[in-house]
Amino acid sequence: MKTNGYGFWIGSAVVLALACIAAATIKNEYYFFAAYIVVQFVVLATAWNILGGYAGYVNFGTSAFFGVGAYIAVMLIKWMNLPLGLQIVAAACVGGALGFAVGLLTLRLRGIFFSIATVAVTIILETAVINWRFVGGATGVQILRPPVMEPFDSYTKMLFVCAVILAIIAVAIARYIETSWIGRGLRAIRDNEEAAECTGVPTLKLKLAACAISGALMSAAGAPLAMYQSFVEPASAFNLTYSVSALAMPIIGGTSHWIGPVIGALLLGTVQQVVTVTISSELNVLVVGVLLVVFVVGAPQGIVGLFVKLREKIKGKNI
Amino acid sequence: MTEWSFDVQTMTEPLLKITSVTKRFGGFTALDGVNLAVAQGERFGLIGPNGSGKTTLINCISGALRNEGGSIQFSGEEVSKLPAYQRTRRGIARSFQIPRPFTSMTVLENLLVPLEFVAHRNSLLRPDTRAEAMEILQSISLADKAGTPSNQLSQVELRKMELARAMAARPRLLISDEAMAGLSGNEIDEVLGILFKLNETGITIIMIEHIMQAVMRFSQRVVCLDAGKIICEGTPTTIVANADVQRAYLGA
Repeated sequence: MKTNGYGFWIGSAVVLALACIAAATIKNEYYFFAAYIVVQFVVLATAWNILGGYAGYVNFGTSAFFGVGAYIAVMLIKWMNLPLGLQIVAAACVGGALGFAVGLLTLRLRGIFFSIATVAVTIILETAVINWRFVGGATGVQILRPPVMEPFDSYTKMLFVCAVILAIIAVAIARYIETSWIGRGLRAIRDNEEAAECTGVPTLKLKLAACAISGALMSAAGAPLAMYQSFVEPASAFNLTYSVSALAMPIIGGTSHWIGPVIGALLLGTVQQVVTVTISSELNVLVVGVLLVVFVVGAPQGIVGLFVKLREKIKGKNI
Repeated sequence: MTEWSFDVQTMTEPLLKITSVTKRFGGFTALDGVNLAVAQGERFGLIGPNGSGKTTLINCISGALRNEGGSIQFSGEEVSKLPAYQRTRRGIARSFQIPRPFTSMTVLENLLVPLEFVAHRNSLLRPDTRAEAMEILQSISLADKAGTPSNQLSQVELRKMELARAMAARPRLLISDEAMAGLSGNEIDEVLGILFKLNETGITIIMIEHIMQAVMRFSQRVVCLDAGKIICEGTPTTIVANADVQRAYLGA
């Protein structure tokens, strides 16, 4: 499954253009409200896959990075009223630094132990925010949206386009990592860490880099939350369902290729939105759980894996 | 002392020099003050009964484990504090007792890892690493398996791929940890042939092996470990005749 460089960038430009056209023509704001969440999950799933998929380190701390991103934005709004773009950049920087620090503490652990440590990070950060008055403590904080920027006619539409840009950046980074020597090193780590180290792969350095990049993208995805909801509170910003979804989407889509998390996020995210509207918001957690089990048992390589198998079968028949 | 080991001792600087290396696991002393010197270009055999500390010793040399006391010098440089990948980059490569292929990759891609992370890590121009990997595979007649996923290889192919992957790191010292375990007679000859050929190109080789015929045929000098200590050192013929070695192996 090789996509050449031009194809990817043309595809990205088309996606961005379609997002802008949709924002200009579709009147019903609710579609953008729902689509924003789906696109936000594309960023989270892609970011998760850099460490979890390529290197095989299952991170349960997505919600920690996401929540930190959201609260960095809150702080910057309260302090200096910085614009959205700078909030995202700042959140990415802090998320990257946090990823590096958390990585230093936890990446020497392997398998389930690493995963448990990342859950702990979420709980620690949430507790810290709950006890911090400046950002509203446990009750949360109300944010006043500034007037919408030209040429957008609504803030939600602007956030949607912003999320699409973030998603393209995230996928481009993941794709670069996957196809470069970094990706080969991370795959070697996932397959056999001792052997990787003995064939010259600086395993700790690569894992730290992956954790920092992944954390930066997750925090960047969390930054617009403040503006999106006009309200941020710890229980929702650090909600563990972000961690579960960010993990389930790449596994359902397929972790070996950058398109996997994108497919998984678009599919699962859309199903979640539809279920939330038509049935109940509680049920969408069940949907994630059921789909995850079905895929882990039935198609451990995800949708991408099914596609590859199908293609091989067709090839086999032709020969 | 034989003539040959006398030669080693008079050499000015051995490639690998291990001085009173100790390693403990809890209360168990796996290595107890091991001293060893391996000369440049030597074919060196390491034998010993199960649990004698052979693999622990090479884990300490390659960096998979850190020794607690003593020093490990590689071509004059102290390496015992370096992480494993740094040692590989300095020229220490190894194969594993139980093969550890990168299972999600093909045979060729397995070789690209050391080529990209060791041999060409500083290359600004993009060298043709695939062609280079192919050359290595051809040299050990594994080229026809280049595109095969490494989890579909037979035992002998896996062993050969491990050696090829070690070769791709362009080592000066190659440690072969029981590369012949579980192989048939012909296959043993094939792997031995590969190791002899590598040695002819100037690569120093430490062979750990339970198959006595193979070690004795291959090695210029053999050391026998027992319970973390070197009990005997000499040419293959003197080792086989040594009473301590026989006692360690046969328990007599």
